[in-house]
Amino acid sequence: MWRYLMPIGIFVVLAAFFLRGLSLNPRYVPSPLLGKAAPEFELPRLKDPGASLGSQDIEGKVALLNVWATWCVGCRQEHGLLVELAEANDVPIYGLNWKDDRGAALGWLSSLGDPYVASAFDELGEVAIDWGVYGAPETFLLARDGTVLYKHIAPLTREIWASEFLPRIVEQCGSLPCPLVENE
Amino acid sequence: MIPEFGQFALILALGLALIQAVVPLLGAYRQREDWMALARPVATGQFVFVSVAFLVLCHAFLNDDFSVLYVATNSNSALPTPYKIAAVWGAHEGSLLLWILILSAWTLAVTVGSRSLPQDFAARVLGVLGIVSVGMLLFTILTSNPFDRLLPAAADGNDLNPLLQDPALVIHPPILYAGYVGLAVPFAFAIAALLAGSLSPAWARWTRPWTVASWMFLTVGIALGSWWAYYELGWGGWWFWDPVENASFMPWLAGTALIHSLAVTERRGIFKSWTLLLAIAAFSLSLLGTFLVRSGILVSVHAFASDPARGLFILLLLSVISGGALVLYAVRARHLTVEGGFRLLSRESFLLMNNILLVVATAAVLFGTLYPLFLDALGQGKISVGPPYFNTVFLIPMLPLVAVLGVGMHTTWVRMSGESLIRRLMIPAGVAIVLGVSLPWLAFGQASALTIIGVTAGLWVVGASLLEPIKRVIRRGSAPMALTRGQWGMFLAHLGVGIFVLGATVTSSYNIETDSSASPGDRWEVDGYELLFRDVRQVQGPNYVATEGEFEVRRDGRLMTVLTPQKRVYRVQSSPMTEAAIDVGWSRDLFVALGDPLGDGAWSLRVQIKPLIRFIWLGALIMAFGGLLAISDPRYRTKRVREDAQIGSQQAETI
Repeated sequence: MWRYLMPIGIFVVLAAFFLRGLSLNPRYVPSPLLGKAAPEFELPRLKDPGASLGSQDIEGKVALLNVWATWCVGCRQEHGLLVELAEANDVPIYGLNWKDDRGAALGWLSSLGDPYVASAFDELGEVAIDWGVYGAPETFLLARDGTVLYKHIAPLTREIWASEFLPRIVEQCGSLPCPLVENE
Repeated sequence: MIPEFGQFALILALGLALIQAVVPLLGAYRQREDWMALARPVATGQFVFVSVAFLVLCHAFLNDDFSVLYVATNSNSALPTPYKIAAVWGAHEGSLLLWILILSAWTLAVTVGSRSLPQDFAARVLGVLGIVSVGMLLFTILTSNPFDRLLPAAADGNDLNPLLQDPALVIHPPILYAGYVGLAVPFAFAIAALLAGSLSPAWARWTRPWTVASWMFLTVGIALGSWWAYYELGWGGWWFWDPVENASFMPWLAGTALIHSLAVTERRGIFKSWTLLLAIAAFSLSLLGTFLVRSGILVSVHAFASDPARGLFILLLLSVISGGALVLYAVRARHLTVEGGFRLLSRESFLLMNNILLVVATAAVLFGTLYPLFLDALGQGKISVGPPYFNTVFLIPMLPLVAVLGVGMHTTWVRMSGESLIRRLMIPAGVAIVLGVSLPWLAFGQASALTIIGVTAGLWVVGASLLEPIKRVIRRGSAPMALTRGQWGMFLAHLGVGIFVLGATVTSSYNIETDSSASPGDRWEVDGYELLFRDVRQVQGPNYVATEGEFEVRRDGRLMTVLTPQKRVYRVQSSPMTEAAIDVGWSRDLFVALGDPLGDGAWSLRVQIKPLIRFIWLGALIMAFGGLLAISDPRYRTKRVREDAQIGSQQAETI
């Protein structure tokens, strides 16, 4: 008897999860880092493995840190917008290339355009763990003192940029493009 | 006014669907012929009204009626006409309408194809299809009306997502939907049998062609999607294990299992309740796919708008249809079980292995797809499950499946002697192993263990599939027995599997990728191909501007082709798109993508050589063609309801 009941049993469990899932937003992840100092990091650069990219390179600027990978199709989706934002050059964009293949990542940048001032190459995903990265793409907005001002999970869109990022950037910088040193 | 006609037609279709869902089922229950007889005309009427609604929406797109919100969000006056048609199903509302249109077309086909079936059975099948239709029509009308107005009208539309402006994506959704909506037919056949409380011996024979037909569409649809991803999204990748891809792949896996289990039920009258369960599961996975894609419950490439109300509605629909079906199954299926014996070495046991392995694969993909949701719902945090998981867990059941597949084709029902099997398969197995080990070395100079296993497995399936057809050709005339269309179909479909395995293995093992920078006038070489970068120029498209590079490709000094990759910027959404140029070949694809200007006239470039990648889609097409041959078998068209007197007498078959 039970073997005829098993399918409906499995279905009920799944349906319960779906019902719960509907009230969750897969794109919303509370970041324990919000308002706190971003974790220190130091990684080889994607384009120049000999040189490193780390917290000290970013500090002092209002900047974006974008977590991306070539296997992540959502990154492909937001890439055009990132290139556009880089051209507007309101804030510098740094990349964290996550669990990726160096050759593939370089190919991606050369064909799709490279919006990043520089990308750090996090092959093993260690820095991403410190930063609480759940999935790619994720975009962090960092203040001059290295505080995490905002974090967006999922592809960046124009709407999100205009509603979440721009107001915070304007608040920090006073004017656009963001001056490199604070206006006193 | 015209869009309102569309909406009105949808509401009329809903009315007819309600009648179709209630009256024939009641009629079958109470054996009222007149009530049952209502099913066909009502289903036909529903098809007519849904078509009217669909054509009205097409009309709105073709005439740039930007007073319709859906048109204004997804089209533009400069959009080329074929893409205006594709835009009809380019977003949520229209794709639901397409779903319903295809369901009503399948229903219409059932009204025609079910004339030789018992009346109460046909009435139940059409009634069940009516229930599904009511659900989807309600969903569309209540939450996703494609005819909603935008007043005042927009001056021009927001354009179709540039990623979707592609020839393959014009036909991909209709074909894919024809596949997964088509699985509603075997589902309805299964529910009809459960409602009647008996499974007539001919049931499996009635169900098989419908299952194979929808499986065929699904196969072609998935292949088209993969092909599109390859040249439009893919850095040479052809499968990403994205939730939306998985949503179409899980019904395919379950459908494939169903086809094989139906074969056992048809020939031997066993596996009955299992077959019914698979029929329910295959369509439920289609609905689940719709739910996952449309509810926004998982993060996916295909950025569909998510709306909790819509998600809740589809969940409700899924619960009513699949949940209801499974409750019915729990109550009724055990009365249908028939014990029938077979030996370990028989076609039955090989098909059983096929089923187990396919179901394990489906479960693994389902689990990986839903795992992020499970963790999230349990408050365990957020994660994403990527290709490494899927590649591993998918290969585990697939490798043995491919190995037993070659043997299974050559087994006979009930029992067979191991000795004759070994004698028959020794040669293809030996050839596959020898070539599988040597060919990768000879062609590419190196090979990993997984490559050798993959090539051997592919060659083994190709050899085993061709064995009987080749014998027939050699011994033409004196052949002991001609192959039936069904058998030809089986061999061909399996040949497709072998070709797919070869393509997937060789492409993943030996693909060459180079990134370089070059200026017009530069020459260089990639794996024996000499490339000359001739020029860069601006090109005007209908709704985009493009920078186009021109590359000459020579081999041994002889001009092979001129490739013109583009970087496009679509005017309305101003999104840049990379259009790779591909020189297509049987043995390899040469893929050139233009990157960014690097200053001083230099450009970054990506050149890839992908050996045997065409085999991936060729394999899928051959599988689908095998399915087509199988359903053209004359035995599915015999009018008389053959009772299964012949069950058990079929052991004498050689194949």
